[in-house]
Amino acid sequence: MAEMLTVENLRVRFRARTPWLARLKRTSPSFIEAVCGVSFGIGEGETYALVGESGSGKTTLAFALTGLVKVDSGSIRFRGEELRGLSDRALKTHRRHMALMFQDPVGSLSPRLSVQSLLTEPFKIHGVEGVDRDSEARRLLSVVGLSSDIAARYPHQLSGGQARRVGVARALALSPKLLVADEPTAGLDVSVQGEVLNLLGGLKKQLGISILIITHNLSIVRHVADRMAIMYLGRFVEEGPTEAVFANPRHPYTLALLSATPEPDPDAVLKEIELHGEVPSLLERPTGCEFHPRCPFARPRCRQLPPPITQVNEGHWLSCHYPVEEGYLAA
Amino acid sequence: MSGNVLEVRDLSVGYSSPRGRVRALRNVSLRVPADEIVGIVGESGCGKSTLLAAIIGLLDNNATIEGGAIKLEGRDLLRLSPREVRALRGDRVSIIFQNPMTTLNPVLSIGTQMCDYQHRLGLSRTEKRRRAAEMLTRVGIPDAEHRLDQYPHQFSGGMIQRISIAMALQSEPRLLIADEPTTALDATLEIQILHQLRELRRSFRCSILFVSHHLGIISEICDEVSVMYAGEVVEQGNVRDIFHDARHPYTQKLLECDPARIKRKTEHLPTIPGDIPDLVELAPGCVFADRCERAFSPCRVEIPVRRRVSDGHYACCHLETETAVDG
Amino acid sequence: MPAPLGPGLRLGGESGIGPQPGVGPGRVGALVLQYSIKRLLLATVIISFAITILFCMIFLVPGDPAVIALGPRASAEIKEAFRARMGLDQPLPIQLIRFFVNTLQGDLGEDVWSRRSVTVIVFEVLPHTLALVFMGLAWPILVGVPMGCYAAVHRNGIVDKIAGVVSVSFIAIPSFVIAIYALLLFAVELQWFPAIGAGESGNILSRLYYLVLPSFAIGLGWVGYLARLVRASMLEVLGEDYIRTARAYGLPERAIVFRHALKVAIIPTVALLGISLGSLLSGAVFAEIVFARPGVGKLIFDSVMNRNYPVVMGAVLVTTVFLVVSTVIADLINAVLDPRIRDSL
Repeated sequence: MAEMLTVENLRVRFRARTPWLARLKRTSPSFIEAVCGVSFGIGEGETYALVGESGSGKTTLAFALTGLVKVDSGSIRFRGEELRGLSDRALKTHRRHMALMFQDPVGSLSPRLSVQSLLTEPFKIHGVEGVDRDSEARRLLSVVGLSSDIAARYPHQLSGGQARRVGVARALALSPKLLVADEPTAGLDVSVQGEVLNLLGGLKKQLGISILIITHNLSIVRHVADRMAIMYLGRFVEEGPTEAVFANPRHPYTLALLSATPEPDPDAVLKEIELHGEVPSLLERPTGCEFHPRCPFARPRCRQLPPPITQVNEGHWLSCHYPVEEGYLAA
Repeated sequence: MSGNVLEVRDLSVGYSSPRGRVRALRNVSLRVPADEIVGIVGESGCGKSTLLAAIIGLLDNNATIEGGAIKLEGRDLLRLSPREVRALRGDRVSIIFQNPMTTLNPVLSIGTQMCDYQHRLGLSRTEKRRRAAEMLTRVGIPDAEHRLDQYPHQFSGGMIQRISIAMALQSEPRLLIADEPTTALDATLEIQILHQLRELRRSFRCSILFVSHHLGIISEICDEVSVMYAGEVVEQGNVRDIFHDARHPYTQKLLECDPARIKRKTEHLPTIPGDIPDLVELAPGCVFADRCERAFSPCRVEIPVRRRVSDGHYACCHLETETAVDG
Repeated sequence: MPAPLGPGLRLGGESGIGPQPGVGPGRVGALVLQYSIKRLLLATVIISFAITILFCMIFLVPGDPAVIALGPRASAEIKEAFRARMGLDQPLPIQLIRFFVNTLQGDLGEDVWSRRSVTVIVFEVLPHTLALVFMGLAWPILVGVPMGCYAAVHRNGIVDKIAGVVSVSFIAIPSFVIAIYALLLFAVELQWFPAIGAGESGNILSRLYYLVLPSFAIGLGWVGYLARLVRASMLEVLGEDYIRTARAYGLPERAIVFRHALKVAIIPTVALLGISLGSLLSGAVFAEIVFARPGVGKLIFDSVMNRNYPVVMGAVLVTTVFLVVSTVIADLINAVLDPRIRDSL
C-alpha cells in the first residue's frame, strides 16, 4: 500500500513563558516540547487515530502536520514529498490535499456566512477559479448526506450533527487526500456520534481518502481506526493496529485509558486501574519513564531510565520497561 | 432519616420565547431517596438543566413553573418565598457545576470563596478557614492551608472539581446535585473523581442527584436512574432495570448507540435518526413517536402514561401493557 | 488490513530532556519584578522622548528664541546675554545633552522674567492641580461606579434608562461648557459654592469646598463614561458561571454584586481611569482659568501668554511624567485586582 503521510522524529517546541530573570539563573527550561520525536505513517485509504488526554500533544501534532504550528525538527513526507523546508508557496499546493477539520467546525467559523459561502470559501482562499459555487455546494452537501436546502441556512440554524456534517463537507471542498479530524465527536450526543463516524467511514470507502482522527475517546477509535497511537506528554507510548491494541493492550497507560471508559453496564467486571495524580506539566517532565509517577506498576528502574522501544507483535510497538501481561484486563 | 430527600411531582416548566411558549418540562416526577445516588441521563435538549435550575430555585427570568411540586425534605419549595428558598441553597442542598474553568470566581482566592460560602454558619473567619482547609484535605488536596490563598487559575481542572466538591460538602447538605461534574475532565481523572464522590457520599451521608449524558458513568455510580427525553421522564428504575431491561424504545436506542457498549468492530454504528421535537408546537401523542421504529397508531394520538414494569421500574410507553399507575 | 508501516514508534535518539528543576513559587515573584523593570524602562523611554520633543519645540518655534523671548526691541547685548544664560550659544547636541542632564538633576531651567527656578515654580502650583485632578477622578468613582452597578442590577428598569440618557449627555458636553454653566448656576445664581480661588491655605475643608465646582466640571464627563462601562462589564460578569455558583450557595444578592461581581467588573475600568487622567489634566487647564485657581494649567496658560518657554517646558514635562507614572500605577492596580494578570505579566 502506498504511503500517504510519513512522519519521522517530529519535534515541536514552544518558548516557555518563564521570566528572563529566571532564565538568567538557569532555574527553568526556556522551551517546552509539546511533541518530542514522534514517528508514524498513514497509508492510502487508511484511518489512523491519535489518542491522548489533554496535554498529550495530540492537537499540536495535528497542527504541525497541517502547517498551523512550526515544526522544530524531523521530517514530514506527504505523498512522497518532504514538506519541511518548502517555501510557503510550494506548501500551499500540498495543503490543498490535506484538510483540517476543527473540533467545532461551525463554531470556529463566521456565524454571518451561510452554509453555501462556508462550503465554497476554501475555493476562494486557494484561488481556485471556474467553479460553479452553487453546484459545488450541492455536491458537497450530498456527499455528507445533507439536503441541498441546508445551503441557505446559517450555522446557528443547524443541529449539532448537521453542523459537524457541514464541517466535514467544508474540509472535503478541495478534494483532499488526507483529512485531519480533531475530536470529530466531542460535544455531540451519543445518538449523533455514530452519524459522524459512519460518515467518515463512508468517505474512506467512497473517496479512498486517508483520515487522521485525533481524540480522547477510546470507544470510538475501535470502530473507525485501522491503526492507532496512544500519546502521553508528547510521545507515543503504544502504537499498533487498532484490533491488536484493543485485544492486547500492553502499556499501563493504555490499560488505564481503557478501564477509564466505563461500559454502560452496572455489572461489568473490569479491572480498574486508577492512576495517581494528574498529568505533569511539560515544564517539569519526570525522569526516566515519564509515566512513572502515575503508573501503578512502576518500579525503581522506571524512575531512572527512559524505556526502550520494543515490538511486541507485528507492527505493535511499545515503550515500557515492564509491559503488562497479555489478557490483564480480562483476568 | 428515611424516606425521600427530594421529591419532584408533576413538575412543568415553560419558557416564554418570541415564537411562543417553550414547554421545557412536562409532568416530571422524580425522587431521591436518602443516601442514594440518583442519575438523570439524557441528551442535549432533554430538559435536565431546566430541572436542576428549578430545584435550586434559579430559573431564568423568562421561565414559569406551570405546576407540580418540588419537595425537599418534605417542604414544598414552590410554596416558599424566594428568601426561604435562598436560605436552603448552599445549606440543605448544594450543587457542583460542569465547567471547572468558569465555575469559581477568578479574582477571589479559593479560601475567600470557601469562607464566603459558609456565610450561614456564624463562625469566625479563622474558624471558617480551618474548616475549609480541613475539607480540602479530605478531598485529597495536599498542603491545603497554603493552597487556600491561591486562585482558581492556579489549579488544574481536576483540582477545581475537587475544590467544588469540598465547597459543596462544607455545609453538610442533605442533597448534593452534581451537574455533569466530570464531563470536562480527562477520562482517567473522571474515574478518580467519581470514586471520591462515592466515598464522600458515604461519610457525609448525603444523597446525590447526578446528571450526565454519559451512560457509562451513570451505570458506574448511580443506584437509580431517570431517562429524560424532550422535557419528559420516559423511563425510571434502578440501575440494573435501566441498563439490563430497558423498556422504553428511546432508552434502548440510546444504549445501543453508545460506542463503549459495542465491543466488536462495526463498520456502521447505530444512530437515532431525526431530531428532538419542537417544544413550542408539540404534536399530540408520544414525544418520541417520530423517531421511534416501533411506533404504532396510539403513539400519535395519546400521550403514554407512566406504566409499571416491575417494582420501582416505570416506563412511559404504549408498548407497556401493564396497568397504568398514578404519578 | 493495512500493511505494516515500519517502525511506527520511535522516541528519537536522545533520552528526552533529562531532569528538570522545578520552577517553584518564586516564579510569580520574578514575573512581577520583571514586569516592573520592563514598565520602568518603557516609562524612561517615553519620558526621554518627551524631553527631546520639548527641546525641539524651542527650535520649531519660528524665529530666534531670544527675539521671541525678549521681544523685537531688545538690544544685541541683552540678547547675547540671554543666549549665554540659556545655553543657546552651544552646539545643538551639547544643548540637548545638557538639557537631559539638568532635567535628570531636577533642574528645569529658570523663569525668563523672574529668574526663579522653574522646578520650584512648577512644584509650588502642582499640588493644586493634583488635588483638582484627583477630585475630578473622585466624581466618576463615587458617582459613576454605583450608577453603573445599579443600572446593571436593575437592567431595563426606569433608573437604568434614565441613567443611560444622563450618562450620554454627560459624555457629550465639553468640560469647559460645564465649567461655565456650573459657575453661573451654583456660584453666581444659587451661591452654594465659591466662584473663584482655591480657598484658605492650611484649611483643608475650605480647600475642598473650593474644589467642588471645578472638579465637578472636569469630572462629569467621566461619570458618564464610567457609568456606561461599569454597567456593561457588570452585566457581562453577572451572567458568568461563577456568579451562578455564588447564587447557588444562597449568598445575599448584595454580597454577590459588591463582593463577587464588582471585583471582576471593575478591572476594565481601572485602565480607563488611568487614561482619563490625561483628559482630566487638560480639563484642569480650562477649569483653572475659568475658576481663577492656581495650578499647572493656569501656569502653562500664563507662561504661553508671556512667552516664558522654560516654564512651559518644565510644566509640560512634569505633567508628562505624572501621566506616565499614573498609567503604570493603573496597570499595577490591575495586577493587584486580577491574579490572572499578575501571573501572566
